[in-house]
Order: sequence, then structure tokens, then C-alpha cells
Amino acid sequence: MTLQAVLFYLLAAVSIASAIMVITRRNPVTSALFLVLNFFSLGGLYLTLHAQFIAVIQILVYAGAIMVLFLFVIMLLNLGDSQSLREVISLRKLAGVGLSTAFLLEIIYILGFRVSDFPAGEVTRGLEIGTVEYIGQKLFTDYLFPFEITSILLLAAIVGAVVMAKRKLD
Amino acid sequence: MISVEQYLALSAVMFVIGVVGVLVRRNAIIVFMSIELMLNSVNLTLVAFSAYLGDVTGQMLVFFVMTVAAAEAAVGLAIIIALYRIRQTVNIDDINILKW
Repeated sequence: MTLQAVLFYLLAAVSIASAIMVITRRNPVTSALFLVLNFFSLGGLYLTLHAQFIAVIQILVYAGAIMVLFLFVIMLLNLGDSQSLREVISLRKLAGVGLSTAFLLEIIYILGFRVSDFPAGEVTRGLEIGTVEYIGQKLFTDYLFPFEITSILLLAAIVGAVVMAKRKLD
Repeated sequence: MISVEQYLALSAVMFVIGVVGVLVRRNAIIVFMSIELMLNSVNLTLVAFSAYLGDVTGQMLVFFVMTVAAAEAAVGLAIIIALYRIRQTVNIDDINILKW
């Protein structure tokens, strides 16, 4: 087995295990920390695909900024072990798990019968497209308009978050 | 050499774990984290196809998805704080103020 295969299977195992831990832990802080682990393993998977820039902003933006926001809100709300939050096994949950399993089978069916129609490409062809130089050059030429629209979106999100979280609307 | 199908299968499994989290959990914050899981599994699909096809468009899309995810997390968590302030709970079964 090559180093790439070893890395892939290791990171895939870590990411699936941590994703399962995220949805099964009772304490939201534990879930959030497992989600950080999941984001780190995804960053490693992006590196195995030669997407260095995406891997770095995955760690910085997701594991850094977004998860700090999550942990901040969890600790701000100070949710105790309140009885109203206990999770019970109900018929609706079993139906949810059943539907998800059917969905997984559908996706695997599509993967098994459709992807093989793609032309056999070389993964190594994309060695230079993940670098900061190449992505920056594309971002400020071909994708300049979406990039500028993003700034308006972020401004709207800042205003919305401040208005929502303000104590009183007056 | 790892084929693109293996990345797609990993991404499908992670997406379904996120779907299970949204359908089964009742804590609004954990439902929110499951949505982040689903966004990330789709990002993995995009990066895998980007590397497979030698085209940078997939990675550009991941860049913009991350921006939207950051905005979504900020607004969504602000909504959870506002809901907690009026209802003292984050259990989504108890929050039905939009129901007619």
C-alpha cells in the first residue's frame, strides 16, 4: 500500500468515527470538539487531493472561526442537564434512521453505476491547481464578480447576526 | 492510487451521518452541527472532482461554500440565542412559534 492509500484510509476512518461521535454525544461541547477533529481530518484529505489552499482555509475558517463561534454560543447558553433536552427513542427517530439508510443505499447505487462512465483521468494532473498562486490568480480574474458579491453577503450576515442577538429591538 | 469513487463513497457516508443527525437529534445546536457536516461532505466531493478532472472550478466553489457557511453559522447561532432568550430552551420540539 502506498503512503497516499495509508493516509486516505486513516483519515477516512477518523472522519467517519468523529462524525458518528458528533451526532451521538449527549453534551454539545463534546460534539463540537469531535466536529473540530472531523474538520482537521477533512483538511488532511484535501491535502491528499493536492488542494493546499482549501486545506489551509478549512483549518483556519472551519476549525478556527466557525467552531469558536459554536463553542462560544454553547457556553453562553449554559445548557444544564435539563430534562427537556433528554433524547428518547421514538417511532419518528426510527423512521429517520430508516430513511437515511435508504438514502445511503441510493447514493451508493448511483456511485456504482454512474461514476464509471467518466473518462479515466489522472489525479496527478491537478498538482499545481491547488496552490495559492493559481487560486488567487483565478479568484481575481475569472471569479472576481462572485468574490465581490461575497463581501455583500458577509455584510448582510454581520448586520443580521447583530440585529438577531441584540437584547431588545427598539 | 486512490480513485475518485472512494472519495465519493466517504463523502456519501459523511453526508448520511449528517442527515441522521438532523432527523434524530432534538438539540438545535447539534442539528446545526450536523448541517455543517453535510456541507463539509459536499465540499469533499467538489475537491475530489476538482483534482480528478484537473479543473479549479470545484475548489472555487468550495471557497464560496465556506463563505456562505460562515455567514449561515453567524446568523443561525444568533437565531438560536434569540430563541433561547424567549423560550429558555433549544429543544426543537418545544420551539413552534412559526407553526400556525
